Amino acid sequence: MLVIALVVVAGAGGYGVHAYASYRQTQASATPVDQMALDTALDQPHIVFRSTAPGADYGRVAVVPLSDPTGPRAFTPATCDRVYATTSEAMCLRTVRGIPTTFEADLLNKQWQVERSWPLPGVPSRTRISADGSLVATTAFVTGDSYASVGFSTRTRITGVDGHDYGNIEFYKLIVNGKTIAPVDRNMWGVTFVNDSQFYATAASTLYGTTWLVRGNLRAKTLTAIHRNVECPSVSPDGTRIAFKQATKYGSGKWHITVLNLKTGVETQLDEPRSVDDQVEWLNNSTLLYGLPRKGSPGETDVYSIRVDAHAKPKLFIADAWSPSVVREIQYRTQPRQSVD
Amino acid sequence: MGWDPLPNGHGKGLALYLSLRDRPGGATPHDARTTASRVSSVVVTLGIVSMLTDMSSESVVAVLPLYVTATLGLSTIAYGFIDGLMQGASALVRILGGWAADRLDRPKWVAFFGYGVSALTRGALLFAAGFGAITALVTFDRIGKGFRTAPRDAIITASSNRQFLGRSFGVHRTLDTVGAALGPLMAFVVLWEIPNGYSTVFVASFACALLGLAALGLLVPDVRPRAKLGGPKVERVPIRWRHVLGGPARPILIAAAVLGLLTVGDGFIYLALQSRDGFATRWFPLLYVGTNIGYLGLAIPVGRLADRVGRAKVLVIGHLGLVAAYAVAAMHSGGTRSTLLCLLLMGTFYAATDGVLAAIAGRVSSDESRASTIAAAQTVTAVARMIASSAFGLLWYTIGRSSALDVVALALVVAVPACYLLTRRLDRDVAADDAAAVEANSK
Repeated sequence: MLVIALVVVAGAGGYGVHAYASYRQTQASATPVDQMALDTALDQPHIVFRSTAPGADYGRVAVVPLSDPTGPRAFTPATCDRVYATTSEAMCLRTVRGIPTTFEADLLNKQWQVERSWPLPGVPSRTRISADGSLVATTAFVTGDSYASVGFSTRTRITGVDGHDYGNIEFYKLIVNGKTIAPVDRNMWGVTFVNDSQFYATAASTLYGTTWLVRGNLRAKTLTAIHRNVECPSVSPDGTRIAFKQATKYGSGKWHITVLNLKTGVETQLDEPRSVDDQVEWLNNSTLLYGLPRKGSPGETDVYSIRVDAHAKPKLFIADAWSPSVVREIQYRTQPRQSVD
Repeated sequence: MGWDPLPNGHGKGLALYLSLRDRPGGATPHDARTTASRVSSVVVTLGIVSMLTDMSSESVVAVLPLYVTATLGLSTIAYGFIDGLMQGASALVRILGGWAADRLDRPKWVAFFGYGVSALTRGALLFAAGFGAITALVTFDRIGKGFRTAPRDAIITASSNRQFLGRSFGVHRTLDTVGAALGPLMAFVVLWEIPNGYSTVFVASFACALLGLAALGLLVPDVRPRAKLGGPKVERVPIRWRHVLGGPARPILIAAAVLGLLTVGDGFIYLALQSRDGFATRWFPLLYVGTNIGYLGLAIPVGRLADRVGRAKVLVIGHLGLVAAYAVAAMHSGGTRSTLLCLLLMGTFYAATDGVLAAIAGRVSSDESRASTIAAAQTVTAVARMIASSAFGLLWYTIGRSSALDVVALALVVAVPACYLLTRRLDRDVAADDAAAVEANSK
């Protein structure tokens, strides 16, 4: 017994020391990407994303100009697991490392400083801000403990930027085919805003064996199912279509990207053979962006683009990136920004 | 010691009984009054096995969602689907584990198989990168866990002095829960030092699992209850479920079912706490640790109390702790203090029910169907609680958080006296039986 104990402890200890040493080495090395000034990047239409390039800046929020996404990137001071930005603010969901580890949602202002912060009940999953910048949505994945987990596994909350709490949408009235249902294992996630009172989201129930695309109403606190087998919807800038991930089979863990035309109800499945587990983002009215983990190297991810066309092929859009959001219009800045150079 | 149930003379008689019947190399009269000597070293060893195994599993549970999202770049949403399904499966596997332990008359090796399956999943985690692989490993871990519980509890029963069963289970569950608290701590310390050190957490977890497995395999005796009974050649008689379900365990099975149907998942309580105060939201991922700390501190004293005043009584009345927890969670406004109180009440409830139920089932069963009876009691409880959680979800949605909790609390207040009356005879019979054994041994 003693021999086994010694061997096991020495083996695990050795592995830990080795892992620690190689982590320190990575941290000491500079991030191997070209950089540009933050102000320059922010002063034109741009893309905000989480940079996953190895090195000291791993996980930092970065910005690239829309005109040159593969070029140099500018790093912001924020570090997030999931980020979404508009012209006026950004939402940052992050892991607060420590003993114990907790999770937080930060609303950042234009200077990337925390305006407001509130706790998240679990691992960051999705976040979105409404186009007018008045509402934010967060989805956290809640595991609880292995002893007593119940059906509740996602918490999706909509909050006003002013601090008004619209609550956990799990407790909104769920209407399917005209009837209100309340399966105990229902889950809601992946909000995309239409305007300041309407949104789309995913509702799911294993008992019903399906996921629904629901249209949510913040005033009435209702969720009305309008389509099936839809997850993580993302409404197009012109509001006519919804791009989403669609499970090849319920609970299979494999998804392809599909675009639903809201007027005609026609679905177009895109030709991305890899499984996409992300809430896609519209680059413009004809192209989508989404993140994919790089095969064989855990923790490294890339953002791809694909045209909304059944025959279009995916293209690498930004390497070492995750959680992209497109900021198309630049507001006039009231506050002069300090220049970096 | 204020807890000591018996006057001195009886204490000595017990020590004698203990050394004659259960602990061949065991207690001497002068140390018979301490918990350590009243709890078999086998129980302590099994406690350490469980502690290492829980460190192993809870360290992974604590970081797995983070790993899946942050490192593998997958959303964990679908992982929740699997979780619900697996709870049902693990209840069935539990029955199978109890049955196999009795049928083969090898509870140790059946438990070893269960622990082994779980240990293997930890090693395999290092190589799992996809959604399918992760869910398969979580599934196998659950199966292993379901399989090992009843045989292990049967060994605890078989190696303990019958009069101190509550205390023995208390010691085992305390060690087990210590592991459940140390696991996440270990994982967070590793991630604190090495932010992307998930593989280090998995290696540490695997190491704990291997140590636990080795301790079980090398240090725990191969208890064979039936071989001991029937001499060298024992026929492998099939377990008679009618005997298990209709025998002396029947009242406790019925009480477990009734009370289980009114025990909604902890998740709902935590959700109720979270929906009203910021403290509970910030610490949401760790509320269960609060419950565990309460459980850990109370498992031994409550187990000893159960030995003294009656185990069924403590089990049933312990549900009043749950009633109080519901009442606190149902309040409209809350804060740090009421959240902590609620967690403490839940810890009390677990201390009065989890180990105590196994002690009762183990005590009232015969040697040849012990693991099956324990498995039956635990499965009845698990299934009843699953049904309760489903029904409660609907109730919450229909009438709201506070009213739903109040309704269940009220139903429990009615059920507790009924179950008390139902199981009263169990305690009386056990006490009479124990007294007769003491009498016989002191002659």
